Amino acid sequence: MRHRTRIAVGPVQFRIGSDWAEPVAALESLYAGYPRDEMRPADATVRLFAARPWRRWLRPSVHIGGDFVVPDALPLPLSMGLLAAEMGMNLQVALGWRRHMLLHASAVAKDGRALIMSGESGSGKSTLAALLGEKEGGGDWRLMGDEFTLIDPAGGDAFAFPRAVSLKNEAIAEVAARVDAARLGPLLAGTPKGDIRHLIPRPEAIAAMHEPARPALLLFPRFGGEAGIEPMGEGEAFVRLTEASTNYVALGEAGFAAMTRLVRETPAFGITYPDSAAGVALVERLWAEAAR
Amino acid sequence: MSAVRTFVDLLAGRGDPAVLAPPDWDGVIGVARSEAMLATLAHRLADAGLPPTVAALFADQRAAAAVAQRQALWEAEMARRALAPAGIEFVLLKGAAYAAAGMACAAGRQIGDLDILVLASDIRRAENALLKAGWEWVKSDPYDDHYYRAHMHELPPLIHKVRDRMIDVHHTILPRTHRITPDALALVSDAVTSADGHAVLCAPDMAVHCAAHMLADGDLQGGLRNLWDFHTMTRDFAAADPGFWGKLDGRAEMHGLQAAVHRAARLSRDLYGAALPGGWDRQDPADVWFRRRLFARDDWGRVTQPSLEQAFYIRSHWLRMPPAMLARHLWTKWRKR
Amino acid sequence: MTDRAYRAAPAGALRVEPLGALTAIFDRRSMQTHLVVSPMPEILEAMGEDACNVAALAARLAASFDLDSEGDVRPILAERLAELTAMGLVERA
Repeated sequence: MRHRTRIAVGPVQFRIGSDWAEPVAALESLYAGYPRDEMRPADATVRLFAARPWRRWLRPSVHIGGDFVVPDALPLPLSMGLLAAEMGMNLQVALGWRRHMLLHASAVAKDGRALIMSGESGSGKSTLAALLGEKEGGGDWRLMGDEFTLIDPAGGDAFAFPRAVSLKNEAIAEVAARVDAARLGPLLAGTPKGDIRHLIPRPEAIAAMHEPARPALLLFPRFGGEAGIEPMGEGEAFVRLTEASTNYVALGEAGFAAMTRLVRETPAFGITYPDSAAGVALVERLWAEAAR
Repeated sequence: MSAVRTFVDLLAGRGDPAVLAPPDWDGVIGVARSEAMLATLAHRLADAGLPPTVAALFADQRAAAAVAQRQALWEAEMARRALAPAGIEFVLLKGAAYAAAGMACAAGRQIGDLDILVLASDIRRAENALLKAGWEWVKSDPYDDHYYRAHMHELPPLIHKVRDRMIDVHHTILPRTHRITPDALALVSDAVTSADGHAVLCAPDMAVHCAAHMLADGDLQGGLRNLWDFHTMTRDFAAADPGFWGKLDGRAEMHGLQAAVHRAARLSRDLYGAALPGGWDRQDPADVWFRRRLFARDDWGRVTQPSLEQAFYIRSHWLRMPPAMLARHLWTKWRKR
Repeated sequence: MTDRAYRAAPAGALRVEPLGALTAIFDRRSMQTHLVVSPMPEILEAMGEDACNVAALAARLAASFDLDSEGDVRPILAERLAELTAMGLVERA
């Protein structure tokens, strides 16, 4: 393809090709601090392409393709090329990665132990992870990822997938107030997912992206309502996490073994919280009292 | 050299993986993925010296393919449980059959829908038994439904409502409207029992069906994989039975599919280096179009000659349908876009 | 209605892991996970390897569990067996 780049996030080496220069330039600036290995073959391929040659210029719209394709996915305008790239990368990992059990969950780690948060979009799992990763003074949380957490089926450790954090709507201002503007990507206003702005994780989080962490606490956050904590049984955690895994079924018995082990060995809670500050406080409290 | 040719060379055992540079691997892996053959390649190169990250990716692919194959064979088992009480016997076709019979091409092979063959006289009862056991119609529009029932060689696809997997129930191996009508009764009555107890086509019929599916019926989508199936099965059948090629010729003639079977053999020689006996080892100028179609992929896995792809699509329907019907079908398909 | 005989999965086919109130059953033949509650694990356990009908199953379960009070358990067992059959964990013998 005309424009191309390579990006390594956690264990995944991406090859990204594009019919336009803009999305590749935006990606390269967002991922400039990530390790680069031009000689390493790609695990996953993303293609951003125009459905017809003239659509490169005329009302350019970006189709998302690659190793795996969602047949009816709508294209995005070129101004949202960065979002298209992000969606393409997520899609290839969600559908193609087999080395780890993939959880649709955010995670942060401290002292080699991982806090894993799983929830629907809107649950605030990304924002909580981002805020913990940016905590002032107590900056000892390492952001492992805001979208996927990888579980090694053999050993049970969690591995990071620290892509650029996708901040949405209100979370943008909340996080932007705490970080250097140089760590933020361009504002993508009015996307199908609302306003989006990317946050580049701290250099320490990127440098440590291959370091495993032992799952120590599983949280299922829900945004809104009174602050509350609800202990969750192994069975319910199992059901929720299999639903949150894109490759559980494909892993066969290895996935089953990893999942039963994860829910048996890791304390799990559902939490509700009215705002981010309360959410962060709840998480810290549970970490102190209940984490394994 | 283009990625797709490197990929074919690696499968054929002509290429040395040790000499590939990292960008070559990108192309080879991209092509293999788009041909749904990455796990096949991973098996082929299981003992080769590979860059560590490629070796790790290939190990993932082999493990995932083994799981997927178990899942696919389970569908065959559940079909057996649904149909056996009604006294309906069936023959497994394509990927599930290759896996059930433990054939070389099954290593890493992706298996999509479950394809089974039943006697035409059993098809209504088979439909009822499957509907009773939890399969249901994939929602389709009336035109497609009518098209299937009136002209195709299978029921409209059924999907299991819990397991979410499709089954295609065939009563012959080519559409009714096709210019060729294979002997469906012979296919069923000469079927053999595989190692795991499922009925599969006898060796020559399996090769005939593979060629028919690829060349007489199909538009050469997934052609490299089907050709790999054909190549490895004929190679192994011939190694086990020196009279195999002769039997294949006779059987192909009986089903009216000699041209397709011979072309498949020539193409597997041209691409994968098959050794053909006299009488098979010929040249046909038209083969060049098939080779071009099979090689039409760039190193991002994209089809490089859309017009050729379109030509093969029309050809596949031309073979299946009288021209007036073809015009109507393509028009209906076109309008639906 | 006739009392049909059923057969459970052969030994080694299932991996059964209790998870609190639920039991997760992994079927190595299908690669499927089934989440069930009592009395499904007990039924599978009681069936063992040989073919067995509802009457025999009720008798076996009665030997190890307290099934008395609520009258006839056989219609309930027949229903559960049909569900296990649909999951593929049990097969008509």
